[in-house]
Amino acid sequence: MATLIKRNKALSVRPLKTGQPTGAVLAFQGIKNSLPMLHGSQGCSAFTKVFFVRHFREPIPVQTTAMDQISVVMGGTDNVMTGLETLAKTGKARIIGLISTGLTEVQGVDLHGLVRQFRDSHRQFMDRVTVVGVNAGDFKGCLESGYANAVEAMIETLLPDTADEKGAEGLKRPCINVLPGAHLTPGDVDVLKKYVEAFGLHPIVLPDLSTALDGHVPESRSSPVSTGGTLMEEIQSMPQSLATLVAGSALNRAAEVLEQRTGVPNHHCHGLMGVQAMDRLVTFLSRLTGRPVPDWIERDRSRLLDAMMDTHFNLTGHGLGLAGDPDWLLQWHGVLVEMGLVGRVVVASTASPALAQSDFETIKIGDLEDMEDLITAPNGRQELHALIGNSHVAEMARRLDLPILRCGYPLFDWVGGHARAWIGYEGTRQAYYDLANAIIHTKHHQHHPFRSRFAVPA
Amino acid sequence: MTPAQVAALLNEPACDHNAAKKREKPGCVRLKPGATAGGCSFDGAMITLFPIADVAHIVHGSIACAGSSWDGRGSVSSSPGLYRLGMTTDLTEQDIILGRGDKRLLLGIRQVVERYAPQAVFVYQTCIPALIGDNIEAICHAAQEHFGLPVIPVDAAGFYGTKNLGNRIAGDTMVRRVIGAREPDPIPEAARRPGMTVHDINLVGEFNIAGEFWNVLPLLDELGLRVLCTLAGDARFHEVQTMHRAEVTMLVCSKALINVARLLEEHYAVPWFEGSFYGIRDTSMALRTMARIIADPDLMTRTERLIEREESAVRTALAPLIERLRGRRAILYTGGVKSWSVVSALQDLGMEVVATGTRKSTEQDKARIRELMGQEAIMIEEGTSERLLGLAEAHDADLLIAGGRNMFTALKGRMPFLDINQEREHAYAGYAGMVTLAQRLIATIESPIWPLVRHRPPWQSTIVGEA
Repeated sequence: MATLIKRNKALSVRPLKTGQPTGAVLAFQGIKNSLPMLHGSQGCSAFTKVFFVRHFREPIPVQTTAMDQISVVMGGTDNVMTGLETLAKTGKARIIGLISTGLTEVQGVDLHGLVRQFRDSHRQFMDRVTVVGVNAGDFKGCLESGYANAVEAMIETLLPDTADEKGAEGLKRPCINVLPGAHLTPGDVDVLKKYVEAFGLHPIVLPDLSTALDGHVPESRSSPVSTGGTLMEEIQSMPQSLATLVAGSALNRAAEVLEQRTGVPNHHCHGLMGVQAMDRLVTFLSRLTGRPVPDWIERDRSRLLDAMMDTHFNLTGHGLGLAGDPDWLLQWHGVLVEMGLVGRVVVASTASPALAQSDFETIKIGDLEDMEDLITAPNGRQELHALIGNSHVAEMARRLDLPILRCGYPLFDWVGGHARAWIGYEGTRQAYYDLANAIIHTKHHQHHPFRSRFAVPA
Repeated sequence: MTPAQVAALLNEPACDHNAAKKREKPGCVRLKPGATAGGCSFDGAMITLFPIADVAHIVHGSIACAGSSWDGRGSVSSSPGLYRLGMTTDLTEQDIILGRGDKRLLLGIRQVVERYAPQAVFVYQTCIPALIGDNIEAICHAAQEHFGLPVIPVDAAGFYGTKNLGNRIAGDTMVRRVIGAREPDPIPEAARRPGMTVHDINLVGEFNIAGEFWNVLPLLDELGLRVLCTLAGDARFHEVQTMHRAEVTMLVCSKALINVARLLEEHYAVPWFEGSFYGIRDTSMALRTMARIIADPDLMTRTERLIEREESAVRTALAPLIERLRGRRAILYTGGVKSWSVVSALQDLGMEVVATGTRKSTEQDKARIRELMGQEAIMIEEGTSERLLGLAEAHDADLLIAGGRNMFTALKGRMPFLDINQEREHAYAGYAGMVTLAQRLIATIESPIWPLVRHRPPWQSTIVGEA
């Protein structure tokens, strides 16, 4: 059990946390032909758009119900109806994510009632457009939990609400459902798909950022909706899969709903970095399919073991500072344990049950001011050799003259962060290499030269 | 803020949008749900005032407002950067349910005052506390009394309206609560030059993006023009307080802060003009206009000499670059004043602007566009990516020049692109900025990547878009 130290000050300074609506918008980017619309002030969507445009260097489709003074007082029903109608009329979006924000949650919006009302009053669109309502007030949770709320809402809305009798027996296709958490990059999702495909399984990934925000040049040069991601048809065939891989504890609730509805059993991955986490995944996939582990996986594993031996001189016993959302931290945890790295300064944006159960020693729930205070405290720098975190953490690392591994959201001073794969045997290997290099190059271990008094001056 | 107060701010008498109100200009009409782009009032207020570097800027609200936006702008400061610390009350569900938001705010103000010793504290109202009725006015008043430093409420909740309105609110707040509170410092002895009278000026709407104002400031220094304050690039709180003592205000590329210029004139008789530091002609024109309004004959003579020297130097530096840019065709999509000021800069570089965006432009802006680009000038009201790329294709454009958030749209259309808005990384203002601008244009237009990017793989062998 980790000790969680709660927020104990009035202000967040240099926030680590990003709001739930932002996470929900991210999830919809991974559904083909979808368009999220934030039910709030136009700033909610504008900030979210800029946040992801800078991170991914991609156009990010997102709309707003543009709440104003009148609708804040009178209720936003008209805004929602007009907004949905406007999007439905363009005929481009097949799935519209209607996402509440702090403003409209406090206002007491009945989001799902509004979705029903739209369905009833706009039957002409119903064969073309499905609206998914997501509650995502930003006064609780973080990016990861907002994303998870969206995934749960997608499952609730886009899948039939009872397990198909036929689905449970006999008709299973060699497919596997994958629910990747928000801590996985598009590059990570690619790797995860490669692993399941290696066992003859077709992955149905909900949502699939690896074909949406992977940074590709689409054939059609511009689009007001997401240009890649999971197809609606794929989502609806999820009940026929053999199993569901769940990556990230934030998705536990969504996974439960999926299991209830489809009867497809869940397999939870507790992180996908490190030898043991990957061994568990590979073993599971091999048992599920009855197939042997392909040579390339064994080769990659062997390479990781070799890299661990090569890098442990520079890593074992070294201290790290990490800052991020709960599942992101938990994934790094596997790497820390296996290499004997020490999480000396660990800051989480929010608490989560899984984080509390982890064996991190202490975790500060807070912001980057807290992180810097911990580092600059007496003895804080002792045995602290590198930081892992987003671009704001990188800025701090520069100021404190510590090496940094950039990982997480947002990365705005770094090209290709979205493409980086951290998971799998090979991703873990590269992470070790990069960490070791960062530490080697700071040369903390260099001795001060000592010239003997007896040496003849040159 | 009441709807009436909002309406009063929108009804800015100096703004042409209102003169042409019957034509229902955008910017001041109700937003359409599902078809609205751009930031909210909080966004507008924040980007206007955050560059004031020695102020603690506290965003009073839930995490969405500050969490994804802090330290995200390109406004650069010479100071250590208190302004870059994103500070927010980060309201929790409990705070909202139990009505503890205002208490958290008060404690938060104490937290920053004790730790960071700011010159002043600005508190930005956002949607949730505005909805539940946190009285930030009263809290700020109490904090100001208690801590003995200015604590200024900026009442610009997102749902009040557009980013533009937020700019207005920010400007209005400065005029009503900050400007006029202090006299300018005496001119330092070391800065005096014999026979030269120093004149004080303001620059409103100058944000020192990528440090570009530092291309211009040395010239103003040389001319004996002391900038009392820019609103708000590289500004300090005590500078804002003295803006009422300027001899002239230059409104830089901004309709949004026109109320500041107008109110400074009404309250303190500071004349103002609208100008731009983009392009050779416009930079010279701005310097000339300043000198003319100040009406110091010696300043006017020295200004002409400086313009001659700078223009000649920059033309020499630009000559080889202009050769490479001559005849290149650009589509420009940006807002307001930049819709013409950048046109003139591009023309100075020998380029042809085939179309320009007019989303936030006034009739006056459009008249200037026609003056520069001819009566047939193509004006883009609503620049969807499809429209911009379509125009580019139809007019055989060489590149698209727009804001960062359009950049990746252009790149998906496999078009060279130049970022001209707030998030950009390069300094384009002043004479020196023109050389940078030319270099950046050449870097994208002449990059060898474009033929590769546009061609299909050899086994398909057609150009993308032709198929």
